[in-house]
Amino acid sequence: MEEDNSFVRPFIITGGRVEPTQSDLRLETLVVAVRPPDESLTFERKRVAAVCASPTTVAEVAHRVGVPLGVAKVLISDLVAVGHLACRQPAELSLHTLERIRDHVRAL
Amino acid sequence: MSGRSDKMVPLAVKIVVSGGLGVGKTTFIGAISEIEPLDTEAAITQVSVGVDSLDGVESKTTTTVALDFGRITLNPAISLYLFGTPGQDRFSFLWDDLVEGALGTVVLVDTRRIEDCFPALDYFEAQRAPFVLAVNHFPGARRFELDEVREALGLGDDVPVVDCDARDRRSVRDVLVVLMDRVIRERTAGRERSAALV
Repeated sequence: MEEDNSFVRPFIITGGRVEPTQSDLRLETLVVAVRPPDESLTFERKRVAAVCASPTTVAEVAHRVGVPLGVAKVLISDLVAVGHLACRQPAELSLHTLERIRDHVRAL
Repeated sequence: MSGRSDKMVPLAVKIVVSGGLGVGKTTFIGAISEIEPLDTEAAITQVSVGVDSLDGVESKTTTTVALDFGRITLNPAISLYLFGTPGQDRFSFLWDDLVEGALGTVVLVDTRRIEDCFPALDYFEAQRAPFVLAVNHFPGARRFELDEVREALGLGDDVPVVDCDARDRRSVRDVLVVLMDRVIRERTAGRERSAALV
């Protein structure tokens, strides 16, 4: 864990930006690294990319990297923009998919 | 769009679990989740006047809020996530983030403190989001008929009201099935409404 004396204001990490370049990231959106982190990435972005080695939700990324959700969204959307991460665009679910979800839940 | 992939990433869907503080949201999620509840910290910087500073200098403190978070892998292509709303009213501004894109919501109620669910009911009714009311039975609490609970809360006939035991996996599953049935009913009704308009 970070020591208190190394505290960095959350939005220093994002260069002062508070709005992600992609507005459709939700807490449960799964993101996955499509190529290994490289030296071009700054510290936190490298950690985000490393955490996403397997599909990981935005909420879990925030938890594991230790940044607030808003910061995690900015970092993730940056990494998607430069092609390091992929995410699945939320779309309205079909009736058929809703029924499949219900049937899977019933079978739990 | 580049950088996106539908093939590699499973579909993630979400159900929100809401209700008053101590009503059993964490227990409900924990009963069916494959993973330990996760503390997702949303840091909130509060500006307040320091009580110990006589010169009135503003001091900033960062508080965190833990979100209950559970996962159920329905099949390799679909993961269902359960998110609990923070119990304290002062974190209610986080609800919009939690609710965005959710399939629906389970509102838990404890009949000993029925009024605790009012903020959740107000919020989800205003959102016009599908929800079910689940009466979590606590040992020693007086049992009420579900119709009495519905009447006391002024819920319409379209809102399912069910009994539940948040500690019991099967009971939690049954509540989620009732919610999914309502989600599907609303979707079908929506289709019929839009068809009628054409």
